[in-house]
Order: sequence, then C-alpha cells, then structure tokens
Amino acid sequence: MVVAVSIGAVGIPVSDVWRILLHHVTGRGAAGDPALDQIVWTFRAPRVALAAVVGAGLAVAGAVLQTLVTNPLADPVVLGFSYGASLGAVLVITLGGVAIGGLGGLGVSGAAFAGALAAGALVFALGQRRGRLAPTRLVLAGVAVGYVLLSVTSFVQLLATPTELRTVMFWMLGSVAGAQWSQLPVATGVVLASTLVLTMLGRRLNALLAGDESATALGVDVNRLRAVLLVISALLTGTVIAVAGGVGFVGLMIPHLVRLTVGADHRRLLPLTALLGAVYLVLVDLLSRTVNRPNELPLGILTALLGAPFFLWLLRRDKGLDTA
Amino acid sequence: MKLTVDRLHITLDRRPILRDVRLEAEKGDIVGLVGPNGSGKSTLLRTVYRSLRPAGGVVEVGGDDVWRLSARAAARRTAAVLQDTGAVTGLSVIETVALGRTAHHGLLGRDGAEDRRAVAEAVARCGVEPFADRDYATLSGGERQRVLLARALAQRPRLLVLDELTNHLDIRARFELLDLIRSTGITTLAVLHDLDLAARLCDHLVVLHEGAVVAAGPVLEVLTPDLLADVFGVRGRTERHPDGVVRLTYAARPLADGREAEPGR
Repeated sequence: MVVAVSIGAVGIPVSDVWRILLHHVTGRGAAGDPALDQIVWTFRAPRVALAAVVGAGLAVAGAVLQTLVTNPLADPVVLGFSYGASLGAVLVITLGGVAIGGLGGLGVSGAAFAGALAAGALVFALGQRRGRLAPTRLVLAGVAVGYVLLSVTSFVQLLATPTELRTVMFWMLGSVAGAQWSQLPVATGVVLASTLVLTMLGRRLNALLAGDESATALGVDVNRLRAVLLVISALLTGTVIAVAGGVGFVGLMIPHLVRLTVGADHRRLLPLTALLGAVYLVLVDLLSRTVNRPNELPLGILTALLGAPFFLWLLRRDKGLDTA
Repeated sequence: MKLTVDRLHITLDRRPILRDVRLEAEKGDIVGLVGPNGSGKSTLLRTVYRSLRPAGGVVEVGGDDVWRLSARAAARRTAAVLQDTGAVTGLSVIETVALGRTAHHGLLGRDGAEDRRAVAEAVARCGVEPFADRDYATLSGGERQRVLLARALAQRPRLLVLDELTNHLDIRARFELLDLIRSTGITTLAVLHDLDLAARLCDHLVVLHEGAVVAAGPVLEVLTPDLLADVFGVRGRTERHPDGVVRLTYAARPLADGREAEPGR
C-alpha cells in the first residue's frame, strides 16, 4: 500500500512516503516538503485506503450473495443493488444539480446508499414465495429490478447536461479519485464489522451450501439466515458504492478465485476474500492513474477489462463448475 | 429417542397432503415409511426434521414438540439424510461431514475435541476415509450417500430420518448401509421405495396412501396380499424364510385393471 501511495502522476520515493505517513500518524519526524506532504497525505493515502476498503467490501458482498442465492453468478450487480445505488446517485447529480466533491459528494453518497438499500428491500420482497426466500426467485427478482432501475437511470441521464453526464459516467464506472479521510471511518467500520459478523456466521453459511432442506435438518433457520445475509450485503454494497461508485466484477471474480485456492469453507473464504479484494482494487486503482498519466481511467473499465479474461480462464480450469 | 406424530394435517396450496397421520417409533426402533409416489412420505419427513410446520397436529421428538424447540435444538436430536440435490458445494468430504456439527455451536464456537471425535467416528463408521480429502462433487452416488450418512452421524442424533437412502446403491452397498444403520441403534424413520428392502430393514412399517395411514405394525402383519393389491397395485405375498429374513414375492404380471406394477428398483 505504501508503494501504491508512492506511485502516481508525480513519483515520490517510498522512503519519503514512509516519513510523511509516520509524521502524520505518530507526530514525530520532520514534515518535509509541503507539496509532497499534500500529495501523499491529502490525496494518495486516503485514496489507497479507500480502494482497499471498497475492494474488500465488494468482494465479501459477492461471496455472501453467491452462497445466499446458491448461484455462482451472483454479485451486487446481478442482484440489482448496484443499479439502485446508481439511480440514487444519478438523481442527485442531475436533478439536484449538485457537483461531486464537498457537500455535494455527501448528497450523492447518501442517495447511492439509500438506492442500494431500497433495491435490496424490493428484491427481498419480490424474492419470497410462501413466506420463504427462494434462491432462484431472488436472482430473477434482482435481475428484473436491476433492469427497471437501469432504464430509469438512462432516462434521467437524457435530462442531464453534458457536464453532469460526464460526472454521471465517471461515477457509474466507479472511482476512488475523490477519496477523503472523512469518508473512511464509516466505510471501514461497515466493511470490517460485516466481514467479522459474516465470518462468525461461516458455519451456517457452509450448511446453506448443502441446500435448504439439509441446512434446516442441520439446525439452521434458513429463512432467518437469508434475511440477515440480505440485509448485511445490501448495507455493505450500499456503503461501498456510495463512496466509490459502480465498480463491477470484483464481487464476482475475487470470491471464485479464493474458493479455487482455499476451498469453500466460509470461515477461511470470507477473510481471505476481503484481503484479496483489497489488494486487487489497490492495484487496479494504481493502474487507473498510471496507464494514461496524468489522466485517470474509471475503475469499472479496468476491473472488467482485467477481470473478464482472467475469470474466463479460471472457468476453463475449474471442472467443479461444469456440473453446476 | 421416541418419535410421536399425532393427528398431523398438512395442506399445501389449499390441497390436503397429509390427513390425520399418527405414527410412533419407540426408542431404538427402525420404522419404515412406504407408499406409492405422491402418497406424502417426504412431506411427513419434512415435518419431523422441522422444515415444514404442520397446519394441525404435533410432532414430538423425545417428548417435546419440535416446533417448540429452536432449529438448533431440534437438530441436536434429529438428523436427516435427504436425497442428494446434486448441488456443487465446493466442500471436501471431511468438510461436508463436519457440517453435522453446525447445531452444536453458537456464533463464537470453535471446533473442539468433541467435534473432531464425532467427525472422526462418523468417517470411520461409514468408511469414507479413503476419499476424505476429495471434493464432494467428484464422488459417485453411492459414495455421496455414505458421506451424507456420516454427516448425519456426526450430528450425534437420537433420531435418524432417511429419505430413499439406498437409491443410488448397488445391492451389496445397500445391505452394508442397512447393517450400518441397524448397528447404530439410533431410532430411525426411513422412507424406502423398495418394499423388499423395507421388509428386511424395518421392525415396523407404516403405509401411507393418498395422505393417510392405511396400515401400521410389524412387517408381516402389514404387507398382506390385500394391501399390496389395494395400495401398490401388485400381486404379491410376504413370508419369513428359515434364515429369519422377511421376503416379498411378486407375481409376474400386474393386476388386471391396467395398473402397472411398481418397477423393481
């Protein structure tokens, strides 16, 4: 992460980065060059930290949703959460006429969060059958709700001015470029707490893999577990998308990659998924600001561009998925 | 542990599935549940492992209504081996067996000596050591059934519920599995498609037909030629051979009214 902070439009030696970070964290040592200090502490450090938190959050949400709906394709995008967040954000950006950054950024984040939760609640309500949450229904409801939200989002975009549209595009493709220290405590707290709670539920998540009837016979209250998981994953997705926009493919790719290496036991899977998701998005963000310097690419473009071919390669290797 | 099902009614989509079902299994008994397809056997099992809440009546395990117990508490008494759904879990065999310990832990419980012992015993008993580290998805049907039985035994249940346990097995594996279940001494309620197998395994049989119990009792008293004709639509008789085993003999042709005989599974 320190190395990631040192690389960017302006290269800064790793030793300087260490010194600046140490100075801010411990208050000791010299402050050094104020320009470098500002780049490191005000811009890059929060950005790298946010990328890590967002990567971890999206990857964990994906892993849980895949188990929740017993479908290897599930992630926050498939279940419509991401589209809910997009609609909320786009509404604020265009109709609210608020610019990203500063107070306006808070408005966009809040709306994205509300959008993700609302989409989650809708999918939750539609995914029930005889009072039980049915996996296939949940997926279908998620996809349908997602399409509706996407079409409304597209319609709202038609009303946007070109400047607003550019902001919308950048937001929908995801970015941690505007990261500020103030965004970190809440996002970090939610991601850490969710990962912890979900890992504690790991044994029950494992039982869910055996199918609903068997999980019930193993002592799991399947319906209640599904409800809890849905709430946590919507909360997780909402929080993360609110600060970073629609970064796709992390939630789909990272959990599968971890499963292939350490197996499906959630007590190992979830913490490692969080870790790998964090590392992955820090690297992707690093790429996003270096491949085309000094311009930046949205994260979503890179996650899909890097993720999809890699994912297809994994699919070809993994024989277990053939029978799924 | 004693199982009592009393005046059980189940309705799904306003269609009655079970009507006034009564059934008892004394501690250590093996009770077979038989009946044609669609007679409500699996539905009855679901009420016992607490997956389906009955519209009326009670299911008691060890004297307690299962719906007054939590899902976890019920699962510490009752384990079920259900028909394999073919789902790819990504879990290894040993991890699958360890799922049996789920009900013995709260949120913070870590695997302890007791868990390891229960899993190791179940693995040894069901003979799944040779493939303990393999991915469950790569096993044959027969191997899967043994793993699922091991998972149920790792649960340390006092009532075992089995749904068509022997479906995928060859004849030798069937007998081995039935012997294994007998040797555990656990009270068992088993749905069996194969009447001959039911007659061999069970102390008592309960016959379900169109959602109601039409006969219950010791095997020889239940499987009469009349019952075989009325419920299953086949001509046949049961007798106890000199070696003590109850055998069924079917007539070659189905009954004359056009109903086909149960295919010999």
